[in-house]
Amino acid sequence: MERRTLFAGWALPAFLVLPQLAVTVLFFLVPAWRAFVESVRSVNAFGLNASFVGLANFADLLGSGPYRATVLRTLVYCAAVTLLAMAGGLVLAVFADREIRGRAIYRALLILPYAIAPAIASVIFVFLLQPEIGLLTHLFRSFGIDWNYVLNGRQAFALVILIGAWKQVSYNFIFYLAGLQSIPRALTEAAALDGARGFTRFRTIVWPLLTPTTFFLVVVNVVYAAFDTFALIFALTGGGPGTATETLVVKVYRDGVINLDLGGSAAQSVILMALIVGLTVLQFRYVGRRTVA
Amino acid sequence: MRRGPDYLAHAVLALGGAIFVLPIWVAFAGATESAGAINRGDLSLIPRLSGLRAFLDVLGFGAPVNAHVSIGHMLLVSFAMAMAIALGKIAISAISAFAIAFFRFPGRMPAFWIILLTLMLPVEVRIIPTYAVVSDFHLINSFAGLTLPLIASATATLLFRQVFLAIPDELVEAAKLDGTGPMRFFFDMVLPVSAPNLAALFVILFVYGWNQYLWPLLAATNGHLDTIVLGIVRMITTDQLTPWNLVMAATIWAILPPVAVVLLMQRWFVRGLIEADK
Repeated sequence: MERRTLFAGWALPAFLVLPQLAVTVLFFLVPAWRAFVESVRSVNAFGLNASFVGLANFADLLGSGPYRATVLRTLVYCAAVTLLAMAGGLVLAVFADREIRGRAIYRALLILPYAIAPAIASVIFVFLLQPEIGLLTHLFRSFGIDWNYVLNGRQAFALVILIGAWKQVSYNFIFYLAGLQSIPRALTEAAALDGARGFTRFRTIVWPLLTPTTFFLVVVNVVYAAFDTFALIFALTGGGPGTATETLVVKVYRDGVINLDLGGSAAQSVILMALIVGLTVLQFRYVGRRTVA
Repeated sequence: MRRGPDYLAHAVLALGGAIFVLPIWVAFAGATESAGAINRGDLSLIPRLSGLRAFLDVLGFGAPVNAHVSIGHMLLVSFAMAMAIALGKIAISAISAFAIAFFRFPGRMPAFWIILLTLMLPVEVRIIPTYAVVSDFHLINSFAGLTLPLIASATATLLFRQVFLAIPDELVEAAKLDGTGPMRFFFDMVLPVSAPNLAALFVILFVYGWNQYLWPLLAATNGHLDTIVLGIVRMITTDQLTPWNLVMAATIWAILPPVAVVLLMQRWFVRGLIEADK
């Protein structure tokens, strides 16, 4: 869409675009370019000479067992968080869409976690599940479950999935509720008159009409689980024990900032950027929506 | 069709609400408990009135890394950062969207595409090269270095462009007939019309800015620009043991501003989120 009536002149608009353009170039294009340059170079052990190595960093990465394990782990993590958070959001939205007393209060409670920082969500769960003092730890122990996510990788992985989903249910709830509210009442009422019972009505009428929302949310949730959960995971486990909770973004940080493997870390960044640009295009082309912040 | 209360709906929603609210409630109760009792595992779910002092005490509590920087100071840094990111992003994207929607100028589309490129690219992905750039400008440990890289994003520009394109051409024509200049038109007409979108965007960006963790971790290293999120994570991850009641009191402080902004502006926020994502 373009407008027909315009203001004249080019100096003023150029001036108005300038701040955003400057910030974008300085803090987005230049870093992206540097990541690319870094990713095709190798710095020797003393950090003095850098030589062009072509795609060697990428080849190293793709051939490395630990990297492939992290890719797989990230896929499992994304799938689990997306499934849990979307199912939770959908179920809650379906019931919040009914006409019941106290709807406004329920809705307010259910959007709360959206406002909480991922890192802070982890801190709250540490308090509940810390191996020595956690309230739930004692409860688990009384059922004979030896809970210690600090030492037990499986438990740590389950925990970062649960917190990741806990944070994201609100977002899905908001979108599913909006989706449900846009379905004309007449449609569901007609189905009810035809004798369709609760679940059948949902399966045959409501769920198909929610398809665009579902597609949109899958992309957003995968992006969230892959990228926005860094703080949550890092604050809780730092990627450990071992590599039990190391997803791709955690690995970029560990390799680049902690282990100072700049070439490898830059190659990982480039792969992630390509991935996210791909997801953006997917979303624009097939879903027609985009995400915020 | 009149029926009794919808028990199933209440049960499901109450369970969901409990899963979200109980952890926060335990944190609140923990803040009022004595540190010794928590370490023994004697945490009561009923807050102790006498323990409410912890919420005041913690404001002056020094952080593990730099004892001169208190929790109160970190809350101020977080507030300043969230405001700078929200207002900064709104300001630069509103004017650039205005230019793109209401003018034809050379380089308009290239500028738009360059801005569009930043869409969805979170700072987590470009973290190390961004650090290198900010460090070259000697902006590490400066407020500008803390906030500017988080201001670069296209989402707000796209949203504003859409809102601005929906303003009827007749309004622009009328303004031009009256001899109103573009900037007058922007302030007197475009901004007021977009007020609900501005409010919604403010909520989303304030929460986004307040909740940052990774970038402040790298960009603020001498303690003076520690945000509250950073400080709390440090409290639980350094070897030096911080009393848990204080950690939880700080946690409640840290979630209060974004939660308040979301709940108070709930109506705009929910609509804005859905529109922004459309």
